[in-house]
Amino acid sequence: MTEQLVLNYSIAGDDFTKAGEAAADFKTVLKKTGVPPDIIRRAAICMYEGEINMVIHADGGDAEIIIGADKIEIILADRGPGIPDIELAMQEGYTTAPENIRSLGFGAGMGLPNMKRYSDGFDIKSAPGVGTTVKMTIMLPKNRE
Amino acid sequence: MKIREISEILGAEVLCCHELLDTDVHSACGCDLMSDVLAFVKDQSVLLTGLVNLQSIRTADMMDMKCIVFVRGKKPDDAMLNLAVERGIVLLSSPLRMYIACGRLYSAGLAGMSEE
Repeated sequence: MTEQLVLNYSIAGDDFTKAGEAAADFKTVLKKTGVPPDIIRRAAICMYEGEINMVIHADGGDAEIIIGADKIEIILADRGPGIPDIELAMQEGYTTAPENIRSLGFGAGMGLPNMKRYSDGFDIKSAPGVGTTVKMTIMLPKNRE
Repeated sequence: MKIREISEILGAEVLCCHELLDTDVHSACGCDLMSDVLAFVKDQSVLLTGLVNLQSIRTADMMDMKCIVFVRGKKPDDAMLNLAVERGIVLLSSPLRMYIACGRLYSAGLAGMSEE
């Protein structure tokens, strides 16, 4: 595949049950592109955790995914409250999620660490009152079908 | 181990995807916290959980898992069943508690996802 494929998703913030729909669609698209399954899984988890984060913390946001010849870029942008201390937010177990989110299986302070763990490049920019943008890069092997 | 054997060992009801019961699976994890499931990517293919919502199906799908066992007799709703069918994930409901269900499968030879 030499052409670049761009996917755009609008993540609704008001409905936790819909969180993950974009990640599932992204995964379905990736399966058709000849990307190895383990890389698909990593990329899908990055997107899924990002989606969950945007629903929990930011009342939704926008996702742009660029699938190129040598890498996948996932850019998640929200207009949520922002993160005052990014270093703290990146620590495993640190969370500001409300208690009801924990009863849904999330909010354990693993989202951002998981996203960093599974991406080859991770960049987060945030300003309180403005929003947060996360850019993740997942490298693809050469000589793909 | 086949998913069919898992359902027998756990006395579980098969809720969907009967045609996939002969799928081979080699490891499992028991967890209610989906972020923890997502934190350890191995080739585990069965999720035992007490968490019954759409996100347990989504998480299993992201991890390429083949089967979810809901413990303590919990049952998914129609939206969850439809999603599981769409993504090809067998749903089982077992009356056993989490600890007992995991123990029986482990004793029967289904490995966990150890770091060894």
